[in-house]
Amino acid sequence: MERVPILKIGDILLVSIQLDMSDQTAVQLQEDLAERIVATGCHGVIIDITALDIVDSFVGRMLSTIASISKVLDAETVVVGMRPAVAITLVELGLSLNGIRTALNVERGMELIAAAHADELDYQLDDDPDAETASP
Amino acid sequence: MALSTEESGRLAALLSGQDERVTTRWTEIVTSSLRGRLSQAELRRQVQDLHRAIVSTGEQGIIDLSADSAAELRAALSELSRGRARQGFSATETTVSIFALKDVLAELVQENGGPNALPDYVAFSKLVDEMGLFTFESFVRTRESLIADQAEQLLELSTPVVKLWEGVVAVPLVGTLDSARAQVVMERLLQTLVDTSSPYAIIDITGVPAVDTQVAQHILKTVVAARLMGADCIISGIRPQIAQTIVALGIEFGDIATKASLADALRHVLRLNGVETARRQPRRDA
Repeated sequence: MERVPILKIGDILLVSIQLDMSDQTAVQLQEDLAERIVATGCHGVIIDITALDIVDSFVGRMLSTIASISKVLDAETVVVGMRPAVAITLVELGLSLNGIRTALNVERGMELIAAAHADELDYQLDDDPDAETASP
Repeated sequence: MALSTEESGRLAALLSGQDERVTTRWTEIVTSSLRGRLSQAELRRQVQDLHRAIVSTGEQGIIDLSADSAAELRAALSELSRGRARQGFSATETTVSIFALKDVLAELVQENGGPNALPDYVAFSKLVDEMGLFTFESFVRTRESLIADQAEQLLELSTPVVKLWEGVVAVPLVGTLDSARAQVVMERLLQTLVDTSSPYAIIDITGVPAVDTQVAQHILKTVVAARLMGADCIISGIRPQIAQTIVALGIEFGDIATKASLADALRHVLRLNGVETARRQPRRDA
């Protein structure tokens, strides 16, 4: 069976989908990803769909599921590289991929995750009673 | 509808016998109807081309406008009507060049006389009618292709995507937004977002005369598609009347940022990007 590779870059896991997803591949990817997030302790997942010509409701649901799983494991999911034609089709179909963050390319996706992570750190610092003077 | 071999032969003989006189008279009639908008020399050249085509087709035997043998005649006719259509002449002014041949033929037939004069003239005039219709049709075809070309050019012209800042592109929409244009705008905007990897897009609707539910629907679709790709859209240039219409129609823009002017939208984006904008203080000592 074909498997989608999961690459680790720093604090981020990069998943580049380059084949037509079947039920089995999707389930396998979800399992692999969950395992890798726990094993590596990464805080971000980037799913690259540049190579996908067609995104239907099945792929949409898979992306949502992956995002939910990652959320539970405290990792931010960003879908990157959606083609204009795909975006137009999704809008025409009325699929809005709720709860999924998107970015134009992998680079922007990494920035987005870094920013989200930095916000979180700031927030934790703000909570720190010693840092009271830092913010009004 | 074709002329028989004898009729074609007689027509060719009639026309070629006094070709100088025929072309001169023909040119005269056409010139008077066009009121000097084409030069005498050019008209004469066109008429001579037609004359030559008719004569050479007639000498080959049967004159039938739809047959292969009349290809030269058809080419001459469409050449004429294409030229006239591009120069902005009306359909009447174009076909009159062909129908003028009838007057010339009437004069010639009358002079020659003979027992076949009337049937010949009827047959010739039918052929001229057919040529006129053919000219008219190719005239209309030329005009239609002109209009189609212009519509396409207009579509190209009316949807530029401009780069305002590093990572900020804008689409100034001008004119009514129908489905076809909305599609073109959407595709071009999304493609530009990918090409320039800009995370912000501003849709400026200052030039859109009216916003109804359909136009709003198109804009919303574009914004949602851009969001799916990971870019943010801001709508700017909403005029007071349009704001009232939008509220009256109950159109919901949801959490999409809307700004009154393009400048406000740009300032908003720059602030999101963390770029500080400051008003320059006017110099007092100047």
